[in-house]
Amino acid sequence: MTNNVYLINALRFLLLVLAQVLVFNKLNFMGFINPMIYILFLYWYPIKQRRGVFILISFLLGFTIDVFSDTLAFHTIACITMAYLRPAIMRFVFGVNFEFQSFKLTNTTKAQQITFLAFLIIGHHTIFFLLEIFSLDHLLLLLKKIVFTSIGSLLLCVLITSLFSAEKE
Amino acid sequence: MQQIINFILRNKTTLLYLFLLFVGMSLSIQSHSYHRARFFNSANWVSGSIYNTESSITDYFDLREENNKLVEENTKLRSLLFNDEVKEITSQELDSFTFQIIPAKIIKNSYSLRNNYITINKGSRDGLEQDMGVITSQGILGIVEHTTTKFAAVQSLLNTKSNINAKIKNTNNFGSLKWDTNRFDVVQLEDIPRMVPLNIGDTIVTGAMSSIFPENIPIGTIKKFDLTTSQSFYNIEVALFNDMTNIKQVYIIRNENAAEIRSLEEKISNDQ
Repeated sequence: MTNNVYLINALRFLLLVLAQVLVFNKLNFMGFINPMIYILFLYWYPIKQRRGVFILISFLLGFTIDVFSDTLAFHTIACITMAYLRPAIMRFVFGVNFEFQSFKLTNTTKAQQITFLAFLIIGHHTIFFLLEIFSLDHLLLLLKKIVFTSIGSLLLCVLITSLFSAEKE
Repeated sequence: MQQIINFILRNKTTLLYLFLLFVGMSLSIQSHSYHRARFFNSANWVSGSIYNTESSITDYFDLREENNKLVEENTKLRSLLFNDEVKEITSQELDSFTFQIIPAKIIKNSYSLRNNYITINKGSRDGLEQDMGVITSQGILGIVEHTTTKFAAVQSLLNTKSNINAKIKNTNNFGSLKWDTNRFDVVQLEDIPRMVPLNIGDTIVTGAMSSIFPENIPIGTIKKFDLTTSQSFYNIEVALFNDMTNIKQVYIIRNENAAEIRSLEEKISNDQ
């Protein structure tokens, strides 16, 4: 069973990276919207695992995406920050519930899941575009990019999660 | 001592996060200097070969369009050849020219970021080096920034670090071409003095002040111009000839004299 968890996460890592760099980085919907669906990795990653390992894996994930899209370390920084903040976000969204042993993401309501995902995406995109644009002169451009890309990412992530949602045992 | 160890153990996640944040920050600061970190770009062999595989599949989708572009370009070159009385040359004679042309294909392109890079499927084993110009049949595209054995990363015109010498066609008024990140089909030409007569629609070409591009390669046309706040220079918006969103075939220009020119320039800057 434990082996299975590693295998699933490794496979997920690989597929999300490939989907991101080969498909979603090239969408350029309306000229600039490239949804970042690899954040789903942070959403799906098991809760009970050790945090240090989780942050290290997020670093690796962000770094891989960065190397592929020539945006060195923007994705990495956004990704590790979200990985670091994830427990805090979960506590905010799911309440104290999530610290219980029996807590499972599939047991929560749809609204809670989407809120959690939305927090991850908005946080990630805010950090990413702040770093990418790196000046407040283009504040409007920054806001435009954050808002529209977040909407795009959220829509696609929700679609993908419902497509690949594990059948309830 | 005990307390220090306890502190580290208690905050190990935060410390790990801060450490990784530091690594990330230093990587991005390093990549902002002109000569970027050597291996961490999309021209390395892992990402290079993945993009290459992908491109070898998707190439088939626009073969017809690419073919038309090539025929169009050939027609243009043929008509140039016949009407300008340039003599036809053999491929042996080509080798003696100052500017050598190396064809390549784009395997990854981006235009929605602030610093865009293009990855092409030729590298150092095909004779590519840093600071070679890259053009398409319509106009200039960028400059080779980094090469590996099989691939090269090209700094696109659509990059805030890009700075290319350009001039107004048939004059010698040159300025530098930059990008303000707003639109992917418009770049900015700066430092043209106000006494130069300008018209909307004038063609902008590469200038002679660079060892990277030959003179008179088309770039775009003037779309709009106004004076800067100091009232002494123009700020010109240039609409690009290239459709940056849809390019496949590119040519790399290798200037055989580039090394000589560069060493001369270095000598001058050392003397000063």
